[in-house]
Amino acid sequence: MRGLTAPLSRRTWLVRAASAAGAAGTAAALAAPRAWASGERRIVSVGGALTETLYALGAQAELVGADTTSLFPEAARQLPSVGYARALSAEGVLSLRPSLVMATAEAGPPAVLRQIESARVPLALLDADHRFEGLLARTQRLAELCGRADAGRALSNELQLAWARTSELLARHSAAGKPPVRVLFVLSHSMAQVRVSGSGTAADAMIRYAGGVNVLGSVEGYKPLTPEAAIAAAPDVILATEQGLQAAGGIDGLLKAPGLAQTPAGRARRVVAQDALLMLGFGPRLPQAVAALAEALHGKLA
Amino acid sequence: MSIAQVPDHTAGTAPRRAPRAGVLASTPGFALALCLTLLVAMAAAVQVGAVPVAASDWWGRWAASGDAPISGGAYVLWELRLPRALLAACVGAALGLAGALTQGLFRNPLADPGLLGVTSGAVCMVALVLTVFAASAAAVPPAWRLWVLPGSAFMGALGVCLALERLARWLTPGSVAGLLLTGLALNALAMAVVGLCTYLATDEQLRSLTFWTLGSIAGASWAVVAVLAVALAVALWQSRQLAHALNALALGEAAASHVGVDVSRLRARLVLIVAVLCALAVAWCGLIGFIGLMAPHLVRGIAQGDQRRVLPLAMGVGALLLLVADTIARTVAIPAEVPVGIFTALIGAPMFLLMLRGMARQQGGHA
Repeated sequence: MRGLTAPLSRRTWLVRAASAAGAAGTAAALAAPRAWASGERRIVSVGGALTETLYALGAQAELVGADTTSLFPEAARQLPSVGYARALSAEGVLSLRPSLVMATAEAGPPAVLRQIESARVPLALLDADHRFEGLLARTQRLAELCGRADAGRALSNELQLAWARTSELLARHSAAGKPPVRVLFVLSHSMAQVRVSGSGTAADAMIRYAGGVNVLGSVEGYKPLTPEAAIAAAPDVILATEQGLQAAGGIDGLLKAPGLAQTPAGRARRVVAQDALLMLGFGPRLPQAVAALAEALHGKLA
Repeated sequence: MSIAQVPDHTAGTAPRRAPRAGVLASTPGFALALCLTLLVAMAAAVQVGAVPVAASDWWGRWAASGDAPISGGAYVLWELRLPRALLAACVGAALGLAGALTQGLFRNPLADPGLLGVTSGAVCMVALVLTVFAASAAAVPPAWRLWVLPGSAFMGALGVCLALERLARWLTPGSVAGLLLTGLALNALAMAVVGLCTYLATDEQLRSLTFWTLGSIAGASWAVVAVLAVALAVALWQSRQLAHALNALALGEAAASHVGVDVSRLRARLVLIVAVLCALAVAWCGLIGFIGLMAPHLVRGIAQGDQRRVLPLAMGVGALLLLVADTIARTVAIPAEVPVGIFTALIGAPMFLLMLRGMARQQGGHA
């Protein structure tokens, strides 16, 4: 699928951050485009985590537009919006006179990306990799693209330090030998069905980083869940995004979904909600997000 | 094939002979007004947008200097806005014509090209390519990847539509109702495959599919406009030849056969025209509903059900509807864009309700 949404050309670099080493190699091979030598740098960022990283790198003055998922920091909401990442408009993006468009691999439609490329605007597509190493590679890549390699190294160091602290806390917690917390992530729920996340999703990665067990780790992707399967999965905690929980009508609304109230988590009303972009964005707040989730799951760490 | 001359008022639905006041009520007057409105709408569409366009941009091609990004008005005008406005008009015209032909074929004002499996065929193929064959689609050379989805949508739409015609001819020879029922079954089958793909899809694939089905004219290019314009011209020429036969068919299949219309041949040709038109439209723009259903209704009263007039007028109205809707879709939230399907219904539905009221009045309370 990723291949489909990414029509590659000499101007599109899809950072395959599947392995940090591979990504670093790709990044090193690409010099900064010549166009930026003259003129000012104007960046359009399509993707909440990308925008967040650009702010963390101190490149906010160069940002001239962002998509509707760019909600953090608060100032990013004031940027001209180019709409939803999958429904971009070539003319809209070009009207911001960008010298660089940064997007996640899900940006589209493909024909519009092609139009942006034919207007000779450099387009960088960054793969979403739900691992800490992926975040580091992405940060480095973004920093190089906007000519802030030093800021990128500083941010990477900061991230690694914060990550080490969080990992240490979690290691100490797991050494204490408490039984692992079984977590069910609920993406959304409609009238009769709950959509939950199996392995290979951002939520699954977060649950594992935070020292929990995804009760649906054996299923792949986001799947509808039957009430019986929810009861059989017997989660200790139900995890949701704040936005999703609000849409469901709070904890009471969420537990009305068939099956959820009968789980151990439902009986104890243990529902944990975190901000969607913080928890699932895999942006520069990842160490904090993992720490926050771990505290919500296990109580105060160490 | 000898085709009997049938009176002009043999409507696809009910004959409407009620005289209407005003020059707009006459077919030539309406056609003229439609052409003028279309021209004005086209002129307005290319003038408005996120990037300001100056008069000089019309003859000044963009200056290509080295590798610098091009964001001037001339580039936007010639490479983005003009092809897009023309594509919107072409797709609207194609959907309007296909809708009129389908309603004439089924002798039912509720018929829609979707009944012939065009929509479900396209969605089915796209869903399969996005999920089940995602791995093999990724193996396509990068330069061709852009064409994978439109290509598969086109094949799917055309494939299901032609398979339907063949199957119906085999199962229920010579019956238009049989075609309708076979279509229902095939549509259900295709949608079941879509459902299965939806279940198998990852979150990312699911969103891609959803956004593909929303429909958008954003991907316009001169090549696509040219292909669609040629197809449209051929389709119009072909369907003009079939208009008499369609008028005869409005009296019923038996009556049409009696005046010398080869119904089964007519059906095959109509299905082919509709399939090609809709497959092209759906392949590049995704699903754009409403126009195929409504455009023929909007003109049928004026054309008094005569297919020779309904067909070109439905084309014009379809073109106008989609052009206006797309212009609003891309300008209302500058620099973002709103799915065009929202506006086709938002403009078309009230227009349709007004027409309905007018018709009801003329016919003494029941339309």
